[in-house]
Amino acid sequence: MKASRGPASRSRTGRSDSLLGNGFMIIGLAYFLVPLIWLALASTKSNSGLFSSFGFWLDRDINLGQNLQDLLARDDGAFVGWMRNTAIYAISAAIGSTLISALAGYGFAVYRFRGRNLLFAIILASVFVPATILAVPLYFMLGQAGLTNSLLAVILPAMVFPFGVFLVRIYAEQAVPEELLDAARVDGAGEFRIFATIAFRLLAPGLVTVLLFAFVGAWNNYFLPLLVLRDTDVYPLTVGLFNWNALAAQPGQAQVLYAIVITGSVVAVVPIIVIFLVLQRYWQHGLSLGSVKG
Amino acid sequence: MDSSSPVALRTAADEPGSGDVTIVRSEAIGRTAPGSGSRRWQRARRASVPYLFLAPFLVGFAVFMIFPLIYAFDLSLYRTKIVGGKSFVGLENYAKVLGDSSFWEGVRNVLTFGLIQIPIMLGVALIAALLLDSVVIRGKTIFRLGFFLPFAVPSVVAALMWGYMYGQAFGPIAQISRAVGITPPEFLTSGTIIPALANISTWQFAGYNMLIMFAALQAIPHELYEAARVDGASGIQVATRVKIPLIGPAIVLTAIFSVIGTLQLFNEPSVLRAVSPTIIPPNFTPNLYVYNLAFTNRQFDYAAAVSFGLALVTAVLSSLVLFVVYRRQSLR
Repeated sequence: MKASRGPASRSRTGRSDSLLGNGFMIIGLAYFLVPLIWLALASTKSNSGLFSSFGFWLDRDINLGQNLQDLLARDDGAFVGWMRNTAIYAISAAIGSTLISALAGYGFAVYRFRGRNLLFAIILASVFVPATILAVPLYFMLGQAGLTNSLLAVILPAMVFPFGVFLVRIYAEQAVPEELLDAARVDGAGEFRIFATIAFRLLAPGLVTVLLFAFVGAWNNYFLPLLVLRDTDVYPLTVGLFNWNALAAQPGQAQVLYAIVITGSVVAVVPIIVIFLVLQRYWQHGLSLGSVKG
Repeated sequence: MDSSSPVALRTAADEPGSGDVTIVRSEAIGRTAPGSGSRRWQRARRASVPYLFLAPFLVGFAVFMIFPLIYAFDLSLYRTKIVGGKSFVGLENYAKVLGDSSFWEGVRNVLTFGLIQIPIMLGVALIAALLLDSVVIRGKTIFRLGFFLPFAVPSVVAALMWGYMYGQAFGPIAQISRAVGITPPEFLTSGTIIPALANISTWQFAGYNMLIMFAALQAIPHELYEAARVDGASGIQVATRVKIPLIGPAIVLTAIFSVIGTLQLFNEPSVLRAVSPTIIPPNFTPNLYVYNLAFTNRQFDYAAAVSFGLALVTAVLSSLVLFVVYRRQSLR
């Protein structure tokens, strides 16, 4: 047994454990960050600089300003439009789906009613449904509703966020004490007033988590916009960048577009990384909620 | 009950009192309500409250989840021909899916992908989570954030970026290989494309899974493994014998979500297909196949049947994971 070997050998195995452990984490950190560092460095290079300079160092001239100018000018400023579309789409989808999930999650947490368990089970089971099953019908439905080529075609389906309902329910069960609700009822407050004035504030930290997940999901969404949006001027960033990249891969086109696609990727990632870092404690919060019950 | 205890006496004395209060209150409500009809109305209104809270979500769920499912199933029962138009064919499309080698090739690809990627990703995530939960690591916040950061990167951007990194033209891996005088490795060939994609997904999602496991580890009461440590168990022994079994449910959760995500692989191969269409055929993954059937070939009805086939494979594999896990647990 290790303990019988005495304190000296124990501290030695402790030190080698710590060396191995720290080594693992440092290599891991490099693996996760180096590609992003490479992308950031690449965005400062001209097309020829990409080929002539070493990937993990700067080129002689910093070409970032020119790249940004080219990015904004390309296809009559298409990128600015995509950025705006993504922002509109992500913000409205996040706020809408968070409010809807808040109402539903709270309803599940606070009330006992007929069909409660069955409904919740059906909502949870929907995570098994592949996105492609819904893709074809949604394409037709949105087409019939005249919504193809409108941002509503991506915003409306994003309002349904089962994971959000799940998170709010668990959070509400912990954060909203029943006695408080009863006290408010005795004082004559209606159920919706109780929700809006008392429960909503108690739920706020959990709702920020849901908002964050919904926002990142919508900002990064690619599949649905790819299907339902036809005109380039309603594209979000993901589909627009995909198209430029596909164009860059075609013979004869390549040179001009690499720097633009790379710079565009960096610009698309910066806002989401800033939001991620600023609100980082809410991530962990949401994930720990999920795992306690999950 | 020990009646000599003062606490018990006090509770017993309180009980009738609180009972009186409730009786008084319900009488008061009865008196204010003018008739039994309005009382029933009030009760109905109160019963409808939970459904009103759920209504916005349920309407959306019905329109964007349930209805499309029914629509897709209905679609899958028909076949449209250029001559003769649309005709009802029952389950014929499903029989065709069973014998469709293009579909099964895609399933085989994602299964190969999953067999490589899921154990590596969850292994990295688990080791990292255990280290973050241990005493040996310093600067935990930096590691936690750094590992999780790729989750915020859109998968389209992640695939673009790795596509460039893999590339021969200005990819850093090829640059370094040439600098040290070895032949640059090829990543985007038919033999290497699955590991190349597996790496992109591992990069994106290892940190996310790490955080789920880490959160579960943090929820374990410390007393549970302090005892083992006092008995002389090493950090590694505590991790493997105490902590890993205790976070079993969280690990199962990450495994099931990984299986679902793997079977639905689409974004990354779709991006890399634009760069190397010969290496990634249109049926490379089931989702890519459905997409191309529907939106390139316009075979919407057959595409619907194939997507249900994929859902069935997903359900079977997820329950298989659960079955294996829980059988092992009940044996223990």
